[in-house]
Amino acid sequence: MELVCPAGNLPALKIAVDNGADTVYIGFGDDTNARHFAGLNFNEDRAKQGVEYAHARGRKVYIAINTYPQPSGWQRWTDAIDRAARIGADAVILADIGLMAYAKNNHPELNLHLSVQGSATSYEALDFYCQNFYIKRAVLPRVLSVAQVKKVIENSPVEIEVFGFGSLCVMVEGRCILSSYATGRSPNTYGACSPASHVEYIENDIQLETRLGGVLIDSYEKHEPAGYPTLCKGRFETMGNTYYALEEPTSLNTLDILPELKKIGVKAIKIEGRQRSPAYIRTVTKTWSEALKQLDRGHYQTKSEWNRALSEISEGFQTTLGAYHRSWQ
Amino acid sequence: MKISLGPIYYYWSKERVYQFYKKIAKSKVDIVYLGEVICSKRREIKLRDWLEIAHQLSAAGKEVVLSTLTLLEADSELKRLNRITQVNEYLVEANDFAAIGLLSKQQKPFAIGPSVNMYNAQSLNILFNKGLKRWCFPVELSHETLTSIMEDKNSKLETEVFAFGKLPLAFSARCFTARAYNLDKDDCQYKCIEHEKGLLLSTKEDKSFLIMNGIQTLSSSTLNLINNLEQMKEIGVDIIRINPQSEHADNIIDIFRDVIDNKVSSADAQSIIDKLISQKQCNGYWFEQAGMDMVELAQSMQ
Repeated sequence: MELVCPAGNLPALKIAVDNGADTVYIGFGDDTNARHFAGLNFNEDRAKQGVEYAHARGRKVYIAINTYPQPSGWQRWTDAIDRAARIGADAVILADIGLMAYAKNNHPELNLHLSVQGSATSYEALDFYCQNFYIKRAVLPRVLSVAQVKKVIENSPVEIEVFGFGSLCVMVEGRCILSSYATGRSPNTYGACSPASHVEYIENDIQLETRLGGVLIDSYEKHEPAGYPTLCKGRFETMGNTYYALEEPTSLNTLDILPELKKIGVKAIKIEGRQRSPAYIRTVTKTWSEALKQLDRGHYQTKSEWNRALSEISEGFQTTLGAYHRSWQ
Repeated sequence: MKISLGPIYYYWSKERVYQFYKKIAKSKVDIVYLGEVICSKRREIKLRDWLEIAHQLSAAGKEVVLSTLTLLEADSELKRLNRITQVNEYLVEANDFAAIGLLSKQQKPFAIGPSVNMYNAQSLNILFNKGLKRWCFPVELSHETLTSIMEDKNSKLETEVFAFGKLPLAFSARCFTARAYNLDKDDCQYKCIEHEKGLLLSTKEDKSFLIMNGIQTLSSSTLNLINNLEQMKEIGVDIIRINPQSEHADNIIDIFRDVIDNKVSSADAQSIIDKLISQKQCNGYWFEQAGMDMVELAQSMQ
């Protein structure tokens, strides 16, 4: 299986390549991608250097252009596709069908992958994208169980990439606008969920409150570690109980089901976290590359040191198999 | 402008659903979307029942559209989707790309619901060439975006705007209602049927925030664009959509009809709605703000 690792800047890309990533995926420094964070991402020159660095070592670079352009921004998105083609990206990862048509018509040599933001969860949906835009690969939303992923792969006209590790979206990617409900900005429109610009940490004598767009997402006692107020990972009240009603702060980790993912025909494993530090990129890439090598050699067993290393860089220091495991649902 | 009634998002008993549409048949609604769009485990009403309701509504002069499931996961759901796309009597509203693919393969005209991401005219025109007859504007976009899209989309394509009701905000593999009862999704005991308006989720300072409805998350505030109907007419909107709650759907439809027909002012209509609806109202998305915001009439005119 191909290991697809994230990078938010050139040093991170080099670290990913040097530590065993088969592919690095990146984005440009604006709202054309779903990790639109201040100080993050690539301009054309840096992206070109990244592609050259990877290609010189036999690795690939994919460019995520996976938000949804509105009329006022259309050209920014088509410029991003032109730029990706110009610097020799191995694929662009798209969600919007208008952009897919643009890429197909203007850059027929450019490989198109369907982004997780395209929310395709069945082979019928994949068939539509394949027939109409000749996509080569699709990234599945983190909502299917292993048995369901298997079914999709058995009938899919294109290669399937799945998320293996990183922050967990509890909602179907591309179909969640909780963030814009509270802030006006969502992954689809702006390329960010629960954007830092709308976050407040308010401390008083008793507790620390975290707010998003003014909405109280959580509050912590003095001794409790406070988390980032991602909307779906707050504590809310229903039927008299206050708890993580939607999801706990936790990360996805599929090391334990890696042999199964290979067996059902998953083509590539994606690691989340373009916004994370170079230290994160080094740890995840190294760990996952070692696990995949072990898998290729046969006799796979998850090593406790791998899980330990990954837990340390996980949200809330805990991990889950997410929707792959039916009981999570 | 015509008025449509969106599909029921909640899990209601069969009896309740039949009663509900009996009332709707007598309302001034033009188009009714029917079908289970949230969870395939909800089996109170089968396809043949929906078709029976459809016949009754058609007989009352309403246009009926069959809506498909929004999030498809299991193979059995694809099979059920297939059966809906093979019904020839009614237009089908596709709520994901599997449905769009199946309908366009059969060269059938189709509509798309608000959760199919159409953020620009280029995307819409591709689907128009595949048989798209009507689209519903995504709820998180503003009137400015709509105006621009209307200029470049094919003029034959009908435009529908979600104008009243709880906003559909997210879908998940996880069932939040089952989670609230500490139950597995596979053993959910159909708890949704006990919550005809969904489960209210409040913040720790007791402010209503969201509604959990099985795998769906909705806004707790009610979207209300009654003050923006004139603007929609000017932009060229063909249909406004009202989403059903368990109460007052027929009243709301009739109020919107009266405002569209200039029989009642939007200010008067607003005060009637204020009396009917106890929850907060919102319209922020229309003004390119946070969806939960309420931009007051005076501000919006500035």
